[in-house]
Amino acid sequence: MTVVESKSEKPAGWNRPPVIAPDGEGELLEVAMGPHHPSTHGVFRMDVALDGERVVRLKPVFGYLHRNHEKIAEGAAYIASMPYTDRLDYFCSLTNNWAYALAVEKLAGQPVPERAEYIRVILAELTRVQNHASSIGFLIQEMGASGTPLMYAFKEREKILDLFESLTGSRMMCNYMRFGGCRVDISAPWLDATRKVVAGLPAFVDEFEALLSTNEILMARCQGIGVLRPELAVNAGVSGPMLRASGVNYDIRKVDHYGIYDRFQFRIPLGDHGDIYDRYMVRVLEMRESIKILEQALKDIPAGPIMDAKAKLRGFRPKPGEAYGRIEAPKGELGFYLISDGGPNPYRYRVRPPSLINLTILEDMCLGHNVADVVLIFGSVDIVLGEVDR
Amino acid sequence: MLGDGILKGMAETARNFFGSYVSKDRLTTVEYPEERIPTAENARVFPFLVYDGADWEAGLRCVACQICEKECPPKCIYIEKSADKKPDYVGKPQFYPARFDIDISVCMSCQICVEVCPFEAIKMDTQFELATDDRFAGLLEDREKLAKSNEYYHSIHPTEAAEVDARLAEEKAKVEARAKAAAQAAAAKASAPASASAPGAAKPSAPPAKNEGGS
Repeated sequence: MTVVESKSEKPAGWNRPPVIAPDGEGELLEVAMGPHHPSTHGVFRMDVALDGERVVRLKPVFGYLHRNHEKIAEGAAYIASMPYTDRLDYFCSLTNNWAYALAVEKLAGQPVPERAEYIRVILAELTRVQNHASSIGFLIQEMGASGTPLMYAFKEREKILDLFESLTGSRMMCNYMRFGGCRVDISAPWLDATRKVVAGLPAFVDEFEALLSTNEILMARCQGIGVLRPELAVNAGVSGPMLRASGVNYDIRKVDHYGIYDRFQFRIPLGDHGDIYDRYMVRVLEMRESIKILEQALKDIPAGPIMDAKAKLRGFRPKPGEAYGRIEAPKGELGFYLISDGGPNPYRYRVRPPSLINLTILEDMCLGHNVADVVLIFGSVDIVLGEVDR
Repeated sequence: MLGDGILKGMAETARNFFGSYVSKDRLTTVEYPEERIPTAENARVFPFLVYDGADWEAGLRCVACQICEKECPPKCIYIEKSADKKPDYVGKPQFYPARFDIDISVCMSCQICVEVCPFEAIKMDTQFELATDDRFAGLLEDREKLAKSNEYYHSIHPTEAAEVDARLAEEKAKVEARAKAAAQAAAAKASAPASASAPGAAKPSAPPAKNEGGS
């Protein structure tokens, strides 16, 4: 892991947390933002202590959406947890499926056919594009641009969700990956439709950037706000676009060589300042890189089976042992840790959710900023509460 | 110049706004109850039970093996096995579900019941307008409500249903061929009693291995 030195000029003290000196007049105002605040992406509370308009203290409160996912999974067969993983980060169900399938495949030593690997890469990168597009849309929505950028993002997301529906049967709860492959084979018409959508994606990103990137209001609201220093990001275990926006070159697709990502040419965009604008820009650039991966994968997808011949759906009992499977989900490192005692259900099942861990440094980013900026900083973390609380 | 970026963005919105008058691609809204997008062929909502022939009760493919009940992740299926048996589509006497309930307020449309069913008896419906004012009985579907004909299955998932029919026909042909061979063997022996050649006595094949790609 390398911390990339910034080449551009930065204002002095940009990487130090702001000094908070209560002026001694009056008392701090404590505000509970959420759990039903429109900007909290679901049910999440921030207990904020304010000195005037500035944030002095911020305590995130999780758990409103806790559904006992891990314990339920320990009592259920391995395959029965697959549809539940869709409901963790419901924006990117296919990457969740992949992470869980990867963990179980590691545990059971189950190989995956080549065609299935390509299908997984295609679906994961489509998921990344639609997740980043809509997360930027929501970020701008929280800035006060109600509607327009979000609807532009959703227009494109709709096309990708239509592809998911025609392949997996469901738009968001795909339940598509299986241990040792994928559930349904992709057809030639589906591939053609995907090629058409992918061919239209660069134009969409261009349009999105023309709409937003140089917008003075967006720059004024985002630049220098919510700075996350690379040392803190690494120490807190932050991952994904958040970490890379702080200039840390760490992408599991490059580090872990899972799946077949070794075969594709793509670059890892890195930020310079670690502020909201960098996070926005890293996501835009990641969409462009995803499009590159998609073009390569769609070009050389081989024919062949999509399920390993030895893969079992019912009566699946991996040998005793433990495994940790992780992938670069759109929000960061998504990992599943499994212990098997040889039975039909896992002895221990643990999710390492990127959303939750990226959220733990919320206070460090928010201190000294205005309340209106807290909403923005929170939006730039890109979380889904289904994954935070599980 | 300050404001350049905003103007550039405004030009983009204007292009989309005026473009929506000439290009269908830019006009994405569908006014739902009046206007509908056709559902995708693979779409799935809630499960239903397939029956062959005209009588839903006699034609149910389900043999109450209770695999789906066991494998269902949220445990929304409840099955009671019948006391007696009825012949299935190859003529083998089988149990049938005396009771088959699916609580669709619990069901999460994951399709695992469809994947594990060895008898092609349970399939996914595409009907999604299921709002009801009775949240208990209205959302608990019994076997009469769940039973839908094979023709209906063909109408919603034509490709998949054709594959299933071909697979079942193949299996039936195999069973019949085996019964015929057994009957011929019995006739050749001549000394054996005639009852041994009855088709019901032939040993039917094991449930077909489920093809993952088909469902």
